[in-house]
Amino acid sequence: MDHPTTSTLLTWMTFLPLAGAALILPVLALRAGGALSKAAGDQICRLIALVASGAVLVLGWYLWRAFDPQNPALQFVQHGRWITAYNIEYFVGVDGISITLVMLTALISFIATIASMPWWPGNAHLDGHHFTQHGVPGYMAMLLILQTGMTGVFVSMDLFLFYVFWEVMLLPMYFLIGIWGGARKEYAAIKFFLYTLAGSVLMLLAIIGLYFYGPQEVVDGRLTHTFNMLKMAQWGRAGGYLAAPLIGSFHFINLAWIAFFIGFAVKIPMFPFHTWLPDAHVEAPTPISVILAGVLLKMGIYGILRINFAILPQATKWAAPAMAVFGTINIVYAAFVCLAQKDLKRMIAYSSVSHMGFCLLGMSAFTQQGIDGAVLNLWTHGLISPMLFLIVGVIYDRAHHRNIEGFGGLAQQVPEYAGLLGLAFFASLGLPGLCGFVSEFTVFLGSLVTWQTLTIISALSVIITAAYYLWAIQRMMLGKLNPTYATLPDVNWRERLTLYPLGALIIVFGFYPQAIFTLIEGSLRNLILPLQ
Amino acid sequence: MDNITSLKLFWPESVLTVATLAMFIQDLLVRRSPRRELVLTVGALFWLGLTAAALAITPAGNVPLFGGLLQHDPFRIFFGWLFLGAALLTILIVPKSQQISPARLGEFFGLLFALLLGMFLMASATDLLMIYLSVETVSLVSYVLTGFHRHDRKANEAALKYVIYGGVASGVMLYGMSILYGLFATTHLTGDGGIGAQLADVTSRLFLAHAFGGQPAAQLALVVAVVFVLAGVGYKIASVPFHMWCPDVYEGAPTPFTAFLSVGPKAAGFAVAIRFFFAAFERQVPGGGYVAVTELPWPAIIGIISAITMTLGNLTAIVQTNLKRLLAYSSIAHAGYLLMGLAAASTEGVRSILIYLIGYVLMNVGAFLVVIAVSRHTGGEDIRDFRGLGTKAPLAAIALTIFLFSLTGIPPFAGFAGKYLIFAAVVQRGGFWFVLLAVIGVVNSAVSLFYYARIIKAMFLEDALDERAMSVPAIYTGVLVALAVPVMVLGIYWQPMIRWATNAFGGGFAL
Repeated sequence: MDHPTTSTLLTWMTFLPLAGAALILPVLALRAGGALSKAAGDQICRLIALVASGAVLVLGWYLWRAFDPQNPALQFVQHGRWITAYNIEYFVGVDGISITLVMLTALISFIATIASMPWWPGNAHLDGHHFTQHGVPGYMAMLLILQTGMTGVFVSMDLFLFYVFWEVMLLPMYFLIGIWGGARKEYAAIKFFLYTLAGSVLMLLAIIGLYFYGPQEVVDGRLTHTFNMLKMAQWGRAGGYLAAPLIGSFHFINLAWIAFFIGFAVKIPMFPFHTWLPDAHVEAPTPISVILAGVLLKMGIYGILRINFAILPQATKWAAPAMAVFGTINIVYAAFVCLAQKDLKRMIAYSSVSHMGFCLLGMSAFTQQGIDGAVLNLWTHGLISPMLFLIVGVIYDRAHHRNIEGFGGLAQQVPEYAGLLGLAFFASLGLPGLCGFVSEFTVFLGSLVTWQTLTIISALSVIITAAYYLWAIQRMMLGKLNPTYATLPDVNWRERLTLYPLGALIIVFGFYPQAIFTLIEGSLRNLILPLQ
Repeated sequence: MDNITSLKLFWPESVLTVATLAMFIQDLLVRRSPRRELVLTVGALFWLGLTAAALAITPAGNVPLFGGLLQHDPFRIFFGWLFLGAALLTILIVPKSQQISPARLGEFFGLLFALLLGMFLMASATDLLMIYLSVETVSLVSYVLTGFHRHDRKANEAALKYVIYGGVASGVMLYGMSILYGLFATTHLTGDGGIGAQLADVTSRLFLAHAFGGQPAAQLALVVAVVFVLAGVGYKIASVPFHMWCPDVYEGAPTPFTAFLSVGPKAAGFAVAIRFFFAAFERQVPGGGYVAVTELPWPAIIGIISAITMTLGNLTAIVQTNLKRLLAYSSIAHAGYLLMGLAAASTEGVRSILIYLIGYVLMNVGAFLVVIAVSRHTGGEDIRDFRGLGTKAPLAAIALTIFLFSLTGIPPFAGFAGKYLIFAAVVQRGGFWFVLLAVIGVVNSAVSLFYYARIIKAMFLEDALDERAMSVPAIYTGVLVALAVPVMVLGIYWQPMIRWATNAFGGGFAL
């Protein structure tokens, strides 16, 4: 095999959470046997989740330090055989495209786990219906399985393995929204599940197509196809898939590209497949919204880069205008929708849709800045949007509603909260000095060369973004204090633990985005080379 | 092989014949025993074990038995194990199900063995008459078992519907067979002078094509005949348009039997269909792949039936509230997916069917087992009876969740392996129509999630109707674990299933 195993680090990062989830089973058994009280069992489960995701974060830190940015090839490779009859491999590794996302997954999962803890003082207002209070072992197990699925998606270099992780992730997400969510949780959960599954089953067919029309190799003296994404990418770059027979009167590569793109567009989410997102976000408990916005949405863009761009470059060129147009629609349309929202969480959910449009626009330009900006945007949005959802969670835990109009003058009562909210909002609207600005600016810089009109339209929509954020601040924080909230407590330590690290990172990467650019540049340069 | 030597390879069937009689006799002997339930169950397990032993010691080979009525080959052995597995599960489920009274347990087991005998014969029949007789054996016993509760109106209605549809379908099949006999002057599918050999022979094909003064009338007759035979098979596997009996029968029959009916006879029907097509009507061409020997569009016919079957099954399942009916429509949909593998008309297609069936037996019986466990508690089988199961009986609820996700075809469960391989077999054939069939298949998979998830939603997301504690018998818990674990393991590690399927269908049948 031409990618020999060099490290087992990624396997640890992927399966440590799963091992944690398995550890919860004996706790349940002890609890059912009466050896543990319900409360003690809950605490142990929380601790297991915290330790497992914390350990992954430490490993993620190590991964970052040990990653060689000069080397655009795959690193930390582990290679094993899985289903030999079809040459399906256990093949994981990271390169510049995925390194930031693996780190982001570790970070955001840990933050979400902290946000799922009811331990810190000032939590007296949490009642039995709060998501931190009921079904704790199940919740923690689902959270850990979800983390395994997410990490697995980013590290898989075997297309089949990728698909398995992609699907596995849906199951815990469905339960996390469906059981621990808000009022319309059942509707939101099934909508999320159905949308994503409908997208991914088409992807499955395209995967089978890539397999059968793809490169062949001799394994054990037998000529067989392969799911190895690197070999597929080589094959695709050399035009191997162009030789696939027509399907009806359509080229195989175009159909496969569309099938993959729809699967990923649902996840991004791209207009018109975005309608599951506001529902899922609004109903999901805060930590799950954090993960949804921070990690899950990134998978769509990642998939497009890893599969559509790398394996089907010819079709990507063919479809670039459509991607750019859809990206622009995402940016502009979602920004206007945000302006009309009354629910704070819904507004932020739509702002995610808008921000993911930047990625589409940037990468469809096929310029170094454009694609760098798109991948940087995954990172910055992955820091900003979790913070935004945590901010919403803080106020919802206290006020039990999220109606923007229902607050007013909160800055006098909860100054620390107001400051953090301001930081997150300004980061999201692209204030220079905060990391959101860098990625947006780089995207525009890159896309202006290729798509002048669309870039100008998108850039103008930043005004709308500023408008809805500033207007929201005005309505919530400024003016006369709403007497209902005269005794509103400020952020507590649990919330500080999640908000301050994110806030600090937002500022750090606002001034020093080079740390990320260094990691991603090399691999992305190779990725767009055949597209220019 | 002559009749006497054939008997050596006929041990499993012989044991099953004896077992059928023995169960009825044992039933009479222990009539007054207070522990009759236990004694009869142990007796049934004993005979099943003996059949398994007979199957295990039957030497491998590929020979015709009884002058070409049956074929002894790995394919038959594969299905033998599949049937025995399904029967074992059924025997373990029955006693605690509260659906079969202890007084009639011996009768139930006796009939079950007769049913097994018919299924074994279906899996090895290579003669039109033998196919007909074995299918009829299975059908007749199924009618009786469906109407097992003689005083229950629903059971009566179900059995009657079953008989009427069954009668029509088997009549049509017999008619088709008579046309085949008229065309080929033989009832053998394989062997010298059999239908397969005649079709492979260029002169007889020319004759067929040019009979009736150069008109392709004989070819038309051949299509009609095969479609008619397909009617009989389609009725056994519950494919459109012979599916109407399915929901009523599933609902009216005792649930343990429904569980068996949904997997056993369906698998047997596929065994007949695969053998019928691949032993006689499809020829392997060098370099892999098959062609229908008379250049007739079998893949198209089966593909269309498959697409309609799964779409209708799934769309109708969405509106069901009774879980047995819902699973009936879901099993119709699964017949549609399985037919895709047949439509692919390739070695991979057949193997994918076999692999799918392994997972299907595990997950479908498992799903019905949870239905039984719940109806023991609530007395109903509606989706709302499942509300709050996640807190009342977490293990059963988690197991059912695994089975339902597996039925949907989501990794990492066994149902995904089968479904993936079926789609792969279809896509591998390439071309617009096969890809369209695959697209219809995957869209149906996504649709099926909708109704499976409704059950999961009721179990975990909704509160229970009452606070009564629910007890699941220990044996049920054991069987559920024994089903759920392989569903997960085989979903991640396919290698054993692939090996079994490759062994069972190496690449076509002996001529």
